[in-house]
Amino acid sequence: MPAKPVLAVLETRDGVLRKVSHEVLAAARRLAAASEGSVDALVCGVTVPGGVDDLASLGADRVLAVTHPDFGRYHPDGIASTIASIGAGYGAIVFAATATGKDLAPRVAAKLGVGLVADVVGLAIEGGAVVATRPVYAGKAIQKVKLRATPAIVSVRPNTFEAARRPGCQADRIAVEAVPVPAFETRVRVTGIKAPEKALLDVTEAPIVVSGGRGLKDPTNFHLLEELAEALGNTAVGASRAVVDAGWREHGAQVGQTGKTVSPGLYIAVGISGAIQHLAGMRTAKTIVAINRDKDAPIFKIADYGIVGDLFEVVPRLTEEIRKLKSEK
Amino acid sequence: MKIAVCLKRVPDTVAKITIGSDGKSIDESGLKFVLNPYDEFAVEEAIALKEKAGAGETVAYSVGTDAAQETLRAALAMGIDRAVLLQNPGSPDGLEVAKALAAELGAGGFDLILFGKLAVDDYNHQVGVMVAELLGLPCISSVAHLAVADRAIEAEREIEGGLEVVSCRLPAVLTCDKGLNNPRLPSLKGIMAAKKKPLENKPATLGAGSIEVLSLEYPAERQAGRIVGEGADAVPELLRLLRSEAKVL
Repeated sequence: MPAKPVLAVLETRDGVLRKVSHEVLAAARRLAAASEGSVDALVCGVTVPGGVDDLASLGADRVLAVTHPDFGRYHPDGIASTIASIGAGYGAIVFAATATGKDLAPRVAAKLGVGLVADVVGLAIEGGAVVATRPVYAGKAIQKVKLRATPAIVSVRPNTFEAARRPGCQADRIAVEAVPVPAFETRVRVTGIKAPEKALLDVTEAPIVVSGGRGLKDPTNFHLLEELAEALGNTAVGASRAVVDAGWREHGAQVGQTGKTVSPGLYIAVGISGAIQHLAGMRTAKTIVAINRDKDAPIFKIADYGIVGDLFEVVPRLTEEIRKLKSEK
Repeated sequence: MKIAVCLKRVPDTVAKITIGSDGKSIDESGLKFVLNPYDEFAVEEAIALKEKAGAGETVAYSVGTDAAQETLRAALAMGIDRAVLLQNPGSPDGLEVAKALAAELGAGGFDLILFGKLAVDDYNHQVGVMVAELLGLPCISSVAHLAVADRAIEAEREIEGGLEVVSCRLPAVLTCDKGLNNPRLPSLKGIMAAKKKPLENKPATLGAGSIEVLSLEYPAERQAGRIVGEGADAVPELLRLLRSEAKVL
């Protein structure tokens, strides 16, 4: 008997699939491969979003299209009702642990009456059940849990499951099937999105994060990090709890236990001493660089590379050297 | 305005965690516990909304052992009117906690039910939203800005690269994010008054749930790194290492 398929719930914004959707597919593919099942990729929108032709090579066997005139923006009640209406047919449902996924997954889990495990960094099948690995206590410990009910519902941490191309997949051969939208009650309505003038990358999703702490001395000095981020490209600017609590930066930029937990490819900590709750929030970064005046700062104990020195000299030089490097390419 | 706030007792965020002898949970001996920091935003919002309305009641709920009475007292000291502890041992999964809270809150006649957006122990981001679904109430999660007028809510929640504007009617469930307000510190008078405020203990029967903890481990230690050098002159060497060794640039 073939295993039940795995449902990958993809995210779009402005009608375009988000990068994290590829990671959700990779996670779903991993579960499907372990249980010899197939992967359905669910996309929502007013119309079928662009880019679905690419999904076969990214791990989907079939695309499920949910189209509705009200689904141009995130529609919690309508989309949760639709996923719940087909959810029982799946062995597992995979969401992204993003702002949307963290809102949507518990709605679906409650509607289906099954448990949910959020912010997962590892997935496997053991004894026929989904087993998830996830950081708890903000990364101070790693918990392994078994999901005994089906569908097993998880959300996966961005930047953790690497999108992988399946070789030999014909991109134009994917089947797109329409999923009927059941009757639903609209209890909440997303009426708009306020985006800053300059599009900002979120610290949880950016491949590179440059974070600043008290060592910057003054909120206006964050321009040094913004310039470094711009030189690096694809980089988000984060902050320590101390400077967020002092009102220097928005809370959305805070890395650490009462802020965000991040896993970028490169994390550059500038003027951050490395309080335990900050380290917990960034220790899963692949490479960590620390720039600090105090050679005994705890941040150097987990940094791969450290520079002891005055950040007001080191950071501008770093920005300058990276600009040079980029212009040579 | 009748407002419920649901709270969790969690280890202090600055505390070091020690894994217990069962290899599945933390060793709680000597560990300092606090009111979940995100729940403080919910408590503050409940008190401020009642103050603004000029009338009403605020009630704090928690599911847990008798030790959670201390957590509820902390909310009473901030200014919550009364508290209810749903006594339950063990660490039930989120859906079971949500079911117990929904059963308790459903007939309470609350205009608003507030939660923190997540608990800083298990990071599961779910109980508040699940309670809303179980009760069939509107829910806005991770609220960073809130306006309540004429029984209508307009809220903003942070999404990647922006803010999502969401509206709904009361009664509703909200989960609160940092940025919503600045939680007040309990006054001495508040702490004294909290000792006399009603705190009801109710045994709760929670199901076994479907999430089974298999193990709890320390994260892999990061290899202690190296100091590349001192001052701005170390920058070229750092870049060389990032390119050729770490291969991240």
